[in-house]
Amino acid sequence: MARPRTRALIAAAALAALPLSACSAGSLGSSSEEGVTAITLLVGNAEENVLAAEAVAEAFEAENTDVDVTVETRPGGTEGDNLIKTRLATGDMPEVFVYNSGSLLQALNPQQQLVDLSDQEWVGNVDQAFLDAAGGEDGTYGAPFGAVQAGAVLYNKAVYEELGLEVPRTWDEFLANSRAARDSGRAGIIQTYGETWTSQLFVLGDFHNVLAAEPDFPERYTANQVGYATSPAALRGFEHQQEAFEEGLFNENFPSALYPDGLALLAEGEGVHFPILTGVVSELAQSFPDAIDDIGVFGLPGDDAATNGITVWTPDAAYIPATTEGAELDAAKRLVAFIASPAGCDAQSEGSLPTGPYPVQGCELPEETPAAADDIQVYLDEERATPALEFLSPVKGPNLENLTVEVGSGIRPADDAARLYDEDVAKQAQQLGLEGW
Amino acid sequence: MKALYRWGGGALAIVVTGVVFIVPFVFILLTAMKTRAEANRLEFSWPTEMAVVQNFVEVLETRNYILVIAFINSTILTVASVAGMVVLAAMVAFVLQRRPSRWNPFVNFLVLSGLIIPPAVVPTIWVLQAIGLFRTMPGLILVQIAFGLSFSILLFRAFIATIPREVDEAAVIDGAGPLRLFFTVVLPLLKPVVVTVVVVQAVNVFNDFVTPLYFLPGERNATVQLTLYNFQSQFTTQYNLLFMNILLITIPMLLLYVFFNRQIVGGMTSGAVKG
Amino acid sequence: MTDPVATDSPARAARAASAPRPGGPGRGRGRRRRSPYPTWFYLPAAVVFGVLFVLPTFASFWFSLTRWTLFDSEFIGLDNFRLFFDEPQLVTGLRNTVVYAVLTSGAKVVLGMLLALFLTSQVAARGYLRSVVFFPVLVSTIGVGITFQVLMDPFGGFINEALAAVGIEGPGWLTDPRWALYSVALVDVWKGVGLATLIFIAGIVTIPREYFEAARVDGAGPLKNFLHITLPLARGATATVITLSLIGGLRSFELIWAMTRGGPGFTSDVIASVIYKQYQAGFYGLSTAGNVVLFLLVTAIVLPLTWLLNRREVEL
Repeated sequence: MARPRTRALIAAAALAALPLSACSAGSLGSSSEEGVTAITLLVGNAEENVLAAEAVAEAFEAENTDVDVTVETRPGGTEGDNLIKTRLATGDMPEVFVYNSGSLLQALNPQQQLVDLSDQEWVGNVDQAFLDAAGGEDGTYGAPFGAVQAGAVLYNKAVYEELGLEVPRTWDEFLANSRAARDSGRAGIIQTYGETWTSQLFVLGDFHNVLAAEPDFPERYTANQVGYATSPAALRGFEHQQEAFEEGLFNENFPSALYPDGLALLAEGEGVHFPILTGVVSELAQSFPDAIDDIGVFGLPGDDAATNGITVWTPDAAYIPATTEGAELDAAKRLVAFIASPAGCDAQSEGSLPTGPYPVQGCELPEETPAAADDIQVYLDEERATPALEFLSPVKGPNLENLTVEVGSGIRPADDAARLYDEDVAKQAQQLGLEGW
Repeated sequence: MKALYRWGGGALAIVVTGVVFIVPFVFILLTAMKTRAEANRLEFSWPTEMAVVQNFVEVLETRNYILVIAFINSTILTVASVAGMVVLAAMVAFVLQRRPSRWNPFVNFLVLSGLIIPPAVVPTIWVLQAIGLFRTMPGLILVQIAFGLSFSILLFRAFIATIPREVDEAAVIDGAGPLRLFFTVVLPLLKPVVVTVVVVQAVNVFNDFVTPLYFLPGERNATVQLTLYNFQSQFTTQYNLLFMNILLITIPMLLLYVFFNRQIVGGMTSGAVKG
Repeated sequence: MTDPVATDSPARAARAASAPRPGGPGRGRGRRRRSPYPTWFYLPAAVVFGVLFVLPTFASFWFSLTRWTLFDSEFIGLDNFRLFFDEPQLVTGLRNTVVYAVLTSGAKVVLGMLLALFLTSQVAARGYLRSVVFFPVLVSTIGVGITFQVLMDPFGGFINEALAAVGIEGPGWLTDPRWALYSVALVDVWKGVGLATLIFIAGIVTIPREYFEAARVDGAGPLKNFLHITLPLARGATATVITLSLIGGLRSFELIWAMTRGGPGFTSDVIASVIYKQYQAGFYGLSTAGNVVLFLLVTAIVLPLTWLLNRREVEL
């Protein structure tokens, strides 16, 4: 059986065989130097997260020479949720980790699992909306990592100009524009079900319209008094997706396309609308620097032009697990404070392009922001933006992405999917021990 | 007629198996040699520009040489678990075959249930955590041994039945205790089936990605299959690197097979077949 | 082997094994008579197997009755089982599991047997062909999954391009709900048929050649040979292949997860993937209940089958 020592020996032997440049600190277990505290920052493995985290780690180390930060990545999506839960439950969480705020945070049992940061100085500089999503009445658990993004439609302005289209303010106008795009030989709406999470935007991004129609939806939803199948306004998102499929507006390869494929279609003007989280603009800027000025954003339109607006996602947050102690805890708190400071925002912007503002006072966006970011800013300035449901209610089911793939592929009708999603949600609510379920 | 079957059948088989079995391998190889742009076209074609060295270096360098660490981890895991399975399973099979007792039906039942029952993952995590072995290499090795025991015992038991008891008797008369009898007399005689068990279980353990995914999370603990799993989400549009990774992590098992090719059937002949 | 004692050894060994303290004289044994086959040989394996397999299996019966967050568990009776059977994808999952297991194990038995017959006959390049058929067994499931995901891509994937070249429009192998499960099953057979063939070959080569020679004297053709000699005498191998591939098929998860993740939607979900999704969602009690259901399903199908296969062997 391999004892740790044997293992270390083999590892050392193998390492010696590598060129010296390979042994950056922490690549094979942590080598602890005198007086230096080593901590690890765990982030999702999407390109924009990793680059931002690495930039933050570097900037932080430059200011704090007694701390060594290693960036570790984890898968995203449900896989990531699972990993975070097991690592927390088994006391195996790195000193600082980045994870969603909102309902996914509530599923982590934060009161027991995370360090309460409400006594930290930076808390006063952070927007209240974020603090609500990254904690609750009994504490604040995370500092904002990343910028606000929208769950909205990315569209190709150049094609809009060529076809003489205008930004739609109702669902019918949106459909008409998509048909015009389709009739010009392009994909009206880009869908990429090769990565299932991308299929949820018709539903999740429609929440601004749901709330406009039913202002008490989140409270009643949390209390199990209303669901997606029983609220006509909420059901619309599923119905929209079904309509879009039935009209044949999607790109031909939507069943197997990956979202980078979708970005390529959009950037090259072969597709016109792409409902997605706008954080992907950062990747778009990297892969298609020439097209970035042609890409704009508008919120998924509802039935009423008067209440037109956009659904926004509160940034992820950096948390410290309760298992972090001593010098590591101190270093972790300093790192989190740095993330929530203007210097931390600048470092993140350097790593990856933000598409929305940081919820921290004093944080400036870089001089040159993509056109998409300016579009989102207009909604925010005009106060036509609503946080997504997951930031207003702890209830969220794990199977939505599979259901929306089915609706968008014509496998299952909208009302059926909405009913199944309500059942899916019930399991999560019961697991959380919420009242009324 | 016979010659026609011999050569014609052979040639036909070579063509058919070539299309069915070789083409996917060649596809992996070709894609691993291409540049990113060309690989993403997913075509079955000779690369116009050789990028095999760049791809190799880039895959190794990804995430701080994680693949190298993974190879070390996978090697330790495979060697230790397979060695454990061979020794423990052969001991059980030896006594089980040689000594009929009231325990036998019970032991046989356990062996069969080990084959049939899907492992209860979360409770196993719970147990491992209670004994302090969760997310440790020894913990994962023991889990792999536990999961692989049943099949190994079946192979060993059938083979031991073919070894005459006279061999044991002679050794006992020479004064050998049970340990010496087993390790110096019986185990060496099991060599053919040991080879079979080693190859089959090494392939299983080395290629397993679910068990490490559950029981040894954490980037520093990655096994080669987990790197492939993670690269899949990271390299969504870099098929050249993805397939280079597949290629690299397939080579060790191909080599193992090439070395032991002839012996594998030998162990099976007496093992699994007589059940 | 020329030791005179050896002649009565079977009887003595049987005695030694059956009686706890056999009284027969033993030259050179001295001290106390101890069996050369001590029960404690079971111990190391029993500890590992008991702690990491049997104990969790029993624990799973308890946890399947609780709502479990890993921190604490709350007893909720049979609610998890009720929830599990209410799961919308469960009916699909159950049907898919059985279809998948029967299809893959059936195909492996038939193709494996045919290949084994062919590769034990007087055909050229046997060694090479045996290796080629076995190669896919050596590639990891996830590697095979990714490779075929690319090859089976309906838009520009190699398989459909090749089919198009001969004028056939290939289906959306993994993206069409009607095809997804069967496409994965097809790849499963591609990957697993080598092992089945190997087991069959091992079974066929142990058949004494005299049988075939006697049959030839009687003027039996190849079909008769197969039906009356090969099939009955390689029954052990057949039983092994059926049992192993059926168990594998019923429990199969890795390939489906690597290729479709149960999709599109839930159309290629099997029980094991439903269980995994619940585990991912943090519904540990529910997922464990699913595991118990899977366990019962596999046992209900495989145990009678094993019994049947073994009984017929005895009758022979």
